[in-house]
Amino acid sequence: MLDSKIPQGPIESKWTNYKSSVPLVNPANKRSLEILVVGSGLAGASAAASLAELGYKVKVFCFQDSPRRAHSIAAQGGINAAKNYQNDGDSVYRLFYDTIKGGDYRSREANVHRLAEVSGNIIDQSVASGVPFAREYGGLLSNRSFGGTQVQRTFYAAGQTGQQLLLGAYSGLQRQVGLGNVQLLARHEMLDVVNIDGKCRGIIARDLVSGKLERHFGHAVLLCTGGYGNVFFLSTNAMGSNVTAAWKAHKKGAFFANPCYTQIHPTCIPVSGDHQSKLTLMSESLRNDGRIWVPKSKENAEAIRNGKLNPNDLKEEDRDYYLERRYPAFGNLVPRDVASRAAKERCDAGYGVNKTGEAVYLDFAFNMKYKYGKQEATKKNITNPTEEQLTALGQDVIKEKYGNLFDMYKQITGVDPYKNPMMIYPAVHYTMGGLWVDYNLMTTIPGLYALGEANFSDHGANRLGASALMQGLADGYFVIPYTIGAHLANEISVKPISTDHEAFVTAEKEVSERLAKLLAIKGTKPVDYFHRRIGKIIWDKCGMARNVEGLTWAIAEIQKIREEFWSDVRVTGDANEFNPELEKAGRVADFIELGELMCKDALERNESCGGHFREEFQTEEGEALRDDENFKNVAAWQYNNIGDWTKHQEDLVYENIKIAQRSYK
Amino acid sequence: MNWITKMFSSSLGQKLIMSLTGLFLCTFLVVHMIGNLQLFKNDAGLAFNKYAVFMTTNPLIMITSYLLYATILFHAFKGLWLAYKNQKARPVKYQAFDGKANSHWSSRNMGILGTIILVFVVVHMSNFWWEYKNGHVPYTRYMENIQTGEIVSDYMPKEFTMHTKLEEQTEGLMKVTIVKDLYREVAEEFKTEWWLVALYVISMAALAFHLFHGFASAFQTLGLNHKKYNGIINFIGIGVFAILIPIGFAAMPLYFFIK
Amino acid sequence: MSGNMNINLKVWRQKNEKSQGKLVDYKVEGVSPDMSFLEMFDVLNDKLIRDGKDEPIAFDHDCREGICGMCSMYINGRPHGPNQGVTTCQLHMRSFKDGDTIVVEPWRAAAFPVVKDLAVNRSAFDRIISAGGFISVNTGNAQDANSLPIPKDNADEAFAAAACIGCGACVAACKNSSAMLFVSAKVSQLALLPQGNPERNSRVLDMVAQMDAEGFGACTNTGACSAECPKEISLTNIARLNREYFGAQLSSNRT
Repeated sequence: MLDSKIPQGPIESKWTNYKSSVPLVNPANKRSLEILVVGSGLAGASAAASLAELGYKVKVFCFQDSPRRAHSIAAQGGINAAKNYQNDGDSVYRLFYDTIKGGDYRSREANVHRLAEVSGNIIDQSVASGVPFAREYGGLLSNRSFGGTQVQRTFYAAGQTGQQLLLGAYSGLQRQVGLGNVQLLARHEMLDVVNIDGKCRGIIARDLVSGKLERHFGHAVLLCTGGYGNVFFLSTNAMGSNVTAAWKAHKKGAFFANPCYTQIHPTCIPVSGDHQSKLTLMSESLRNDGRIWVPKSKENAEAIRNGKLNPNDLKEEDRDYYLERRYPAFGNLVPRDVASRAAKERCDAGYGVNKTGEAVYLDFAFNMKYKYGKQEATKKNITNPTEEQLTALGQDVIKEKYGNLFDMYKQITGVDPYKNPMMIYPAVHYTMGGLWVDYNLMTTIPGLYALGEANFSDHGANRLGASALMQGLADGYFVIPYTIGAHLANEISVKPISTDHEAFVTAEKEVSERLAKLLAIKGTKPVDYFHRRIGKIIWDKCGMARNVEGLTWAIAEIQKIREEFWSDVRVTGDANEFNPELEKAGRVADFIELGELMCKDALERNESCGGHFREEFQTEEGEALRDDENFKNVAAWQYNNIGDWTKHQEDLVYENIKIAQRSYK
Repeated sequence: MNWITKMFSSSLGQKLIMSLTGLFLCTFLVVHMIGNLQLFKNDAGLAFNKYAVFMTTNPLIMITSYLLYATILFHAFKGLWLAYKNQKARPVKYQAFDGKANSHWSSRNMGILGTIILVFVVVHMSNFWWEYKNGHVPYTRYMENIQTGEIVSDYMPKEFTMHTKLEEQTEGLMKVTIVKDLYREVAEEFKTEWWLVALYVISMAALAFHLFHGFASAFQTLGLNHKKYNGIINFIGIGVFAILIPIGFAAMPLYFFIK
Repeated sequence: MSGNMNINLKVWRQKNEKSQGKLVDYKVEGVSPDMSFLEMFDVLNDKLIRDGKDEPIAFDHDCREGICGMCSMYINGRPHGPNQGVTTCQLHMRSFKDGDTIVVEPWRAAAFPVVKDLAVNRSAFDRIISAGGFISVNTGNAQDANSLPIPKDNADEAFAAAACIGCGACVAACKNSSAMLFVSAKVSQLALLPQGNPERNSRVLDMVAQMDAEGFGACTNTGACSAECPKEISLTNIARLNREYFGAQLSSNRT
């Protein structure tokens, strides 16, 4: 049933051979083919620009007021590429291998290898379009290392790599807008796909300013709409990030793959109160010098929570450096999923240190004083420095390395992290699951594609740092311009279908009725109320750790919330105006449906892998236990009806990598 | 439109005009200041009056001065036009506006400061320049002992007039000069008209603030903003143009008022 | 931690671009100092929806971590409020006192028409970028990234200019609604990099022409833009834009 269309041949030559044999569309025909690109992040902007350069007629939709605001912009750390500029033994194979292993052996070999192959071109393209990556004094590009790898292959632009890459892709897109090859529709939200004779032929979009519904025809539609982390309500995603486009496609026939694979980032600023609307990430790099701990005794933890005890006064022997205790080899530098789960375990056991009980310390005092302070004292020939001197000397070093992060922390929390240990807690950051796509990035609806975080393809059950940017741009710049030919070569004789076609009319009517329905409920509770509730359930039961009991309960609870939502939500305003509440309502309605599928997927995946940790499946030491026998596959869900799905499986074949258990002890 | 009109009609080009004309006016201020310092000379105005004759008769200076008048008008009206256009760029104003939080008062009020200066220029020129050229300025005779440098002056009768503004002849040890006595005009006006003195002092304050922003701003518009040179630009802009020159000019009416 | 606060708000309400707007008073009670400024608006909107008397206030926001450039409130006479180097979403209520009255308005500029309440249309910025804020390099044309060494100082300076988030605070702060800081940041970024050199002249000429066509005011070097810029983009960029522009006018082949 699921045909991933992986080309034949050895892994190193699959993509090369594919490119040489994929059908092409001649330039004259390209001009008469229309492509709709939904979303303007790294994947969307790069795809739209590249396709327009090739000569296709392109329309780009984004819900923000400008394509430059897509959430790719918030990525901090960097972008991986197998350039081997550092002469440290990197290669396409190593990047491929690290990505598959980091994904806990749940991603597709051929796609990941292609990703590694084009990774170098991304850097070339970005530099050529003016992305100011960090450089060495010799004028060449600088690299840094990231979690899960042994080479330095991460390119970066301070802590704003995502911003710089997006602005690079955006400028390419705007150039095509200026040339008239791309029509830009900002403040537009896609609310349905339109299928005609089994192929995707367009979308229904709402002009968010006027509220008018519009019909747009396309020979192909690209969903570059990002991940669904906002189902948790609190995440590091932007407020507007949503699953709506992907979900509408799913309900019209596109399979949704591995929805339970979500990435929880261990170092975020904890929730400060009920008013919290989103979470902020603190770079992973802080774990190089910060030691993570909670008090050893619950009494002390409680005293700290009540403000009766200053953590600085707690003696060394009363602190539990639990990562160092549990994972002596990797210590505070264990991978994201492991660090996150360990923090949750301590907080659940009652050792949390902030007023909500959901925070652990990330403490720089030790390294400030004894690592850097002593180093500096030696450098400056200070003999017998006092404790205060050591702290002061070390503080300067810490400031230089992490100054901007410390400032950001202080700005948000009002606490000075140079004097008090930082408080951190894991938060939802990225979703590996997404629309199922084949090697061509096409979903199960012919003509409908999914790129970037919106698809499921490259990260398996866990994504490595600095790989999201790589995937978004690979898909947009270097994959889709080729693979779309496989579909469009057969479409050259298809004349644009009138948007008066019955399928468009029906789809628009459905959308308009749904909006009317939301407005007509006139219940008592705002949309956010439901969003917070569903988010909390999924966070508690389908977050860092899952079990049968919790998931079963969650599914029943989500179904109740769905009914409550559709009978008691209050959406103010009208459909024919700028109405952010109405936009939110539609998105939350989709999140509720997705939430149920996430729990269902988590419930049926009877193993632990990557970001999916089932408490029933762990080793004696509490580590994730994979079941390669039964679950070395992709779960792709077909939508039948509300709350009713059929599961399909794509078996994963590893011919080029030896599968092993991850261990960080 | 060719490139020149395009350039000067762009918002940057119009600012370039303001910058270049402004800097030209700054050089004039320096010259005017130095010349007028002769008012303080203790010679009953002889040097000043001769300077006035030189300034109004030398052909090169006359051409420059007409260029100067044109520049003043151009700078003023271009500035007012830009201020009007800039107002139009924000048709709905803020209800709460806290400009002092992010910019200097003078930089936000160049139009008002400039208008005060323009009014001043009109008054100033009609009082002295117009009077000197077209009105009746009486003559004074100076007798200067070439050996001792001692000067004796006496006013010519009010009706006295001659074809030139200045006549000089040497009789033995005496150098006799008959010249239009602008100095006396200046001294008398400032002695008697307190409101004129006040106007001058206020206008010079306006000039100080105008140049406090304007001088450095002109360089920024020319694209000259570099950490190596900003120090000297700001030093000249503030030290010379915002402090020394306005104080110097304001001191003149005050000097005669108090004297 | 200090206790909760009561805040008086005066918020600009305007139904759409065409209609008249006015300031409306609201009271928000129990504001935690840990809340962000936008979270206070969430609380207010929640109350407005539940009370059902007034529609919630529309405002632009997205990432809420200071990088997307979407949030855009003019708070007590200053874009993004009283703090330096932050966006509205990064402003926290601990910067205010119990009982404070806060006036909140949209960005004001002829080139930024109000969409609704506090949301404005900043598509003029996109059109300026379309006019020339790019390097014309088609996908796949690029040479190896390290074949072109760039002095670190230039790369760093280009990055500092490229940090612009396109929020429009510069326009909002400027008494002339000038977009010079925004335009100069992009022109500078690409002028400092060798990749930007081939289109150097046409870029600056076209971007300035588009900026003027959009109806932004002229720069009078007040410096308000840079002082209020959440990314602290330097005024040296405006000087560079001036140089680039006059240089391009004088030396380019365009007649």
